[in-house]
Amino acid sequence: MSVRVFIPSDSSALSVGADAVALALAAEARTRGADAAIVRTGSRGLFWLEPLIEVETSDGRMGYGPVTVEDVPSLFEADFLKRSAHRKALGRVEDIPYLARQQRLVFARCGMTDPLSLDDYRRHGGLKGLARAIEMGPGAVVEEVIASGLRGRGGAGFPTGVKWRTAAAAHADQKYVVCNADEGDSGTFADRMLMEGDPFLLIEGMAIAGLAVGATMGYVYIRSEYPHAFEVFARAIEIARAERLLGVGIAGSTHDFDLEIRVGAGAYVCGEETALLDSLEGKRGQVRAKPPLPAVSGLFGKPTVINNALSFASVPWILEHGAKAYADYGMGRSRGTQPFQLAGNVRFGGLIELAFGATIRDLVEGFGGGTHSGRPIRAVQVGGPLGAYFPENLIDTPLDYEAMLAAKGMLGHGGIVVFDDTVDMARQARFAFEFCAKESCGKCTPCRIGAIRGAETVDKVLAGRERQKNLEALRDLCEVMTDGSLCALGGLTPLPVLSALDHFSEDFMKPRARAAAE
Amino acid sequence: MAARAAFDADLAKMLIDRKRSMPGAALPILHDLQEHFGYIDEAAIALMAVALNISKAEALGVVSFYHDFRRAPVYGKRLKLCRAESCQSMGCEELVAHLKERHGIEPDEPRPGAALHVETVYCLGNCALSPAALFEGEPIGRLSRDAIDAIVARAGGHTQ
Repeated sequence: MSVRVFIPSDSSALSVGADAVALALAAEARTRGADAAIVRTGSRGLFWLEPLIEVETSDGRMGYGPVTVEDVPSLFEADFLKRSAHRKALGRVEDIPYLARQQRLVFARCGMTDPLSLDDYRRHGGLKGLARAIEMGPGAVVEEVIASGLRGRGGAGFPTGVKWRTAAAAHADQKYVVCNADEGDSGTFADRMLMEGDPFLLIEGMAIAGLAVGATMGYVYIRSEYPHAFEVFARAIEIARAERLLGVGIAGSTHDFDLEIRVGAGAYVCGEETALLDSLEGKRGQVRAKPPLPAVSGLFGKPTVINNALSFASVPWILEHGAKAYADYGMGRSRGTQPFQLAGNVRFGGLIELAFGATIRDLVEGFGGGTHSGRPIRAVQVGGPLGAYFPENLIDTPLDYEAMLAAKGMLGHGGIVVFDDTVDMARQARFAFEFCAKESCGKCTPCRIGAIRGAETVDKVLAGRERQKNLEALRDLCEVMTDGSLCALGGLTPLPVLSALDHFSEDFMKPRARAAAE
Repeated sequence: MAARAAFDADLAKMLIDRKRSMPGAALPILHDLQEHFGYIDEAAIALMAVALNISKAEALGVVSFYHDFRRAPVYGKRLKLCRAESCQSMGCEELVAHLKERHGIEPDEPRPGAALHVETVYCLGNCALSPAALFEGEPIGRLSRDAIDAIVARAGGHTQ
C-alpha cells in the first residue's frame, strides 16, 4: 500500500513554495519508484515550518519542515517514507509543543484532512453536531448555544445564541443566515485557514444555524483578498450540495438549507455587519443605524442571523459535546476557546487555539519565541487595526473580552501583531487615522471627518507646532469619535491612537528631521 | 490570469444579463465586468443601471465606493502588496521605498505601458509570514528586496 504524504495547499503554505515542493516530491517518487500518495490538506497553522509535510506511519504522522525543493532528494535518501531521520524531521506532528499545548476544538481537523473530501470530514468526526441538532430540534439548539456562552468571534463579543433566539422568534416568509468572512483585520487569518482547510465545518455550523432559526438560505461574504479561500469554499458548497448536505432535506432531515458565496470588493468597513448586509444587497457598504437589529430586519429586510465564520465554526463542537463541555473552557464571561493568530515581527507565528485567559505574554513569548528580528519587543497590537498597542510591561494582561476592555483594548478577532523596538509609535497612531479615513463608509461625521483631522493633528504634533495644545485636541477628538461614531470603525480608531499616546508618549516628542514624517 | 479584452458593449450587456436576476446582483456583475475588461467602463455602469432598474448615480455610487473597482484600465502584471500593520512590523514600507528607488514604481499609480502595476492592499491573511503579497493571484510570503527584484524581472520590466 502506498504511503500517504500530506502537503498543505493553504495559501500561506503556497506563499513559501508548497506547490513546488509537492511537484518535486511527486516527480522524485516517480523517478525512484517510491510508492507515495500525495494528499493536499489545509495548514496546521505552524507557519514558520511551512511547507510542513507529514508522512503517515504506524506511529502517527511524522513531520518535516520547512521543506524546500532542494530538500526533496535527501528526504528520499533518508528513507523518509519509512523512518524519521532527516535534518528537517520534526517527529510526530501532534507532539510538537506548539501544537500539543493548544486546545484545538474548532481547528482540530484543520491541516489533517483533504478539505474537499466529505468522507474525510466524516471520518474525522464531522457532521455529528448537525446530526444532534436535527435530533434536538430548533428550540433546544438555540438554548444549547446560549448555554455554551459562545460570544461573537468577529470582535463584538455579543452572545451568539441570543442573536439566534431573536431571529428564531421573528416571523417572516424568509429568513437568512449570513456568514461574515470579511476578515479584514491585519494579523488575522483564522477564517481564511478554516475556509481553505476545513470548509465543511463552516457549512455544518451555518446549516445548524439555519435549522435553529428557520432560515433556508445562507450567504457567505468573503473578501476579495482571499482568492484561494473563495475557490476552495465554492467547491465545498458544490460538493455539499451533491452529497445532500445542502439543498432540500439536508442530511436526511426535513429542513431545507442552501448556501451561496459572495465576494467583497476591498472595503474594510464591510466587516461591520450592517455594512456587509448593504453590500450583499448590492449597495455601497454603508453602516446602518440600529435598531432594527439584523435578527429582526436584516438582509433584504428579513430576519437574519449574521455571525463571524469562527462563531459558526464553533457550533458543531458545542452541539456534539454539549454546552457544558464547551463552557468548561475559558474564564469569567469569556467561555470556550479562541483561535488566536500570532503575527507580525515574531519568530513562530501561527494559529493558536486556546481557552480564554492566556496572557498576551504566553502567546508572544511562550508560543512566539519573541521577535523575528531578535530585537526586544516594544509593542503588541491586539485585535486588529482598531485594537490597542500594549507596551512590554502590560503584556501580562489576560486575553478575555472583559480583561482586554479593562486594559483599554479589545480582543477583536483574536489577532496579535508583534513589533520590535524599531517601531515608531507616532507613525502607527497616524496610520490608524489614515486607515480609518481611507476605509470610512462616510455615513457619520465623527469617523469621516474625524479621521482626517486626526491624521493632520498628529502631523502638527510631530512638527512641534503647539504640541501641548494639539495633543489635547487629539484626545478631545478621540473622545468625539468614540462617543459619536455610528460603528466600531470610527468608534474604535481611538484605541490604537490613545494607547500609543498613553504608553509611548516619547515617540510624539522626538524632534523630527522632516515635518510630519511620511 | 486571463488576458483582458477591450471594452465591448455587447459583451458587457451579456455579462450583466447573466446575473441581473440574482438578489443583490451589483457586486457579482461588477466583478465579472472587471475580470473581463480589467476596469469598469463608464458605458457599463449605465448598462448595469438600466438592467438593475437603479439610477446611474446609484450605480456609479456603488462602483466608486469599493476600492477594488477601477474606472480606468491599469497596465502590466499586478502585484498586490500588503501595507497593513503586520506587514509594517516586518518592513513593508522599506519594500515600497525599494520599489520606488530601484525600479521607479509607485504603488497605486497606473502608468501606460508599465510591465508591473503595484496595488496597495490592507491584509492578505498571510500575517505570520509577513511581508505578504499576491503576484497575479499567486501568494508570496516573507517578501524581500530580492523577491521584489525577481517579480519586477518576471513582469518583464527592468533588467536586474
